[in-house]
Amino acid sequence: MELFANQVLAGIATGAIYACMALAVVMIYQAIDHLNFAQGEMAMFSTFVSWQLMQWGVPYWGAFVLTVAFSFAAGIVIERLLFKPLAKAPILTNVAGFIALYAIINSVAGLIWDFTIKQYPTPFGSSPFLGSQLISTHQAGMIGITLLMLALLFFFFRFTRVGLAMRAAASLPESARLVGINTSWMIALGWGMASAIGSIAGMMIAPVVFLEPNMMLGVLIYGFAAAVLGGLTSPFGAVMGGFLVGIFENLVGTYIPGVGNELKLPIALALIIVVLVVKPAGLFGRAIVKRV
Amino acid sequence: MSAAEEIVTEAPAVEAVPKRAMTLGYGTSLVVLAALILIPLFVKNFIIFQMTMLLIYALAVMALNILTGGSGQFSLGQSAFYAVGAYTSAILMEHAGMNYALTLPIAGIVCFGFGFLFGQPALRLSGVYLALATFALATAMPQLLKLGYFEHWTGGVQGLVVTKPDAPFGLPMSQDMWLYYFTLAVSIGIYLASVNLLRSRSGRAFMAIRDNEIAASAMGVDVALYKTLAFGVSAGITGVAGGLGAIAVQFVAPDGYTIQLAISLFLGMVVGGVGWLPGSIVGSAFIIFVPNIAEGISKGLSGAVFGVLLFLVIFLVPHGARQIAIIAQQLAAKLKKN
Repeated sequence: MELFANQVLAGIATGAIYACMALAVVMIYQAIDHLNFAQGEMAMFSTFVSWQLMQWGVPYWGAFVLTVAFSFAAGIVIERLLFKPLAKAPILTNVAGFIALYAIINSVAGLIWDFTIKQYPTPFGSSPFLGSQLISTHQAGMIGITLLMLALLFFFFRFTRVGLAMRAAASLPESARLVGINTSWMIALGWGMASAIGSIAGMMIAPVVFLEPNMMLGVLIYGFAAAVLGGLTSPFGAVMGGFLVGIFENLVGTYIPGVGNELKLPIALALIIVVLVVKPAGLFGRAIVKRV
Repeated sequence: MSAAEEIVTEAPAVEAVPKRAMTLGYGTSLVVLAALILIPLFVKNFIIFQMTMLLIYALAVMALNILTGGSGQFSLGQSAFYAVGAYTSAILMEHAGMNYALTLPIAGIVCFGFGFLFGQPALRLSGVYLALATFALATAMPQLLKLGYFEHWTGGVQGLVVTKPDAPFGLPMSQDMWLYYFTLAVSIGIYLASVNLLRSRSGRAFMAIRDNEIAASAMGVDVALYKTLAFGVSAGITGVAGGLGAIAVQFVAPDGYTIQLAISLFLGMVVGGVGWLPGSIVGSAFIIFVPNIAEGISKGLSGAVFGVLLFLVIFLVPHGARQIAIIAQQLAAKLKKN
């Protein structure tokens, strides 16, 4: 039982990484109805920007704020320049666009900062948290930040004018336009927010997985798995999904022999497929009824 | 928030391509075929090898084209089927000592089964969800191949070395040239079969599903069966391509079949024109030669150049090579008139 409890705790700690990423994934899905395959790379790039700022002597929290602002602006610019013209195009074209973006960002980051692994600082320190060996202060801080983001998002979408407008634009664009909402800008705003959340996720994840251009691939798959498990329509579900996926991963690794690190990605795959087949809307998502 | 969303006005996942526009005319086909037969007689072995790879990737791109252009389903996981085909051929050749030509149909059948089974859960998914599930499949595949349990057969991380076949009947040809003509023959056979498939009752069923699933089922098309069948056929052809690839490269290893390969194949399809089978060879040329050219322009930026080119294709010629072919045709017709 002691082992079980410890593994669950460790699972929550890893789960925080996935929860962060899943939140960004769900954010963009809400705004544009597509999964952004370049999301991880965008987060990686933002993290590199913050690292560079710190190298230039900007203190951690200063770099943090600047990076979030930069990512927000960059997300909007990417949407305006590259994806707005594709809004009416088939899904296939959009997926191709995401992949092109992925290749560009990955390659540019590799060129500017090269592919060596870099240390990334944490503002929370990395001593054991409350005397537990399994969860460090950084991981606790990461969980705290994730929950804080979730709460902020909740208030934003529930109680602010812009948040309500974004929800309206996402669920019924035509009616939203009729009541005077600029739906096109709401989508751009969604991109900006997803990019900003992604950058926070990146900065929280980097101390754990280390900074390098390919750091996000595995995390993104798990982020997808978490988002799918929690339901792609629910930010709360995404965060819960992230923690559940982390716990699941740790428990499977502990109790099923022969399943170690080498089967990490196949587990995510199996999870995605099982959830999509058994409960496509996810645990907390709302089933979409289609009218023909 | 209303839970019901309008679907009528939604853009379809894939744009419809009429059946007749899916193939080349008779004359053009013969010219392309003649070029493919004659060129290897005049070039070096390395170029022959590259042309072999061109045909192999063209096969894999065409397989994806049947799935996406034909039945309107996505896949970012073709590398997984390609890997299974390659490993099937390699294992049969190296462990069972089977003739290389015989391993290809087996690779095709194994992959057909794998694709058909994967198509079952994929049935429940469409659009981005399907892209997501197949994306996960492609990223998981290298790890599955490295697995300790199968190491005896797959060679684990090291992979397997495959012997290149000699030309039979004492033909005076280099190994590369023989393999090229062998690949060409297989490709032509599969191309003809695919064209016929799309023209048949099954092909029409695929396209009906692509254009409107509900209408198709109302017309009596067994949607579940044909969707999984499309997955199976696509995976089967990709498997044969994978087998040929293993023989040509003489080597299989898990890291040769990463998500990068799946993405390349997907891009090849977009560049060649979705739903236009002859475009597959153009797409294949794009994914083989453009990275080299991009590397030439700037060493570190090859990925960026690749991505920028892709954006150019999406914005300027969204129908890929098909659009260019149509424009060329119209120009030619105008010139004839004058």
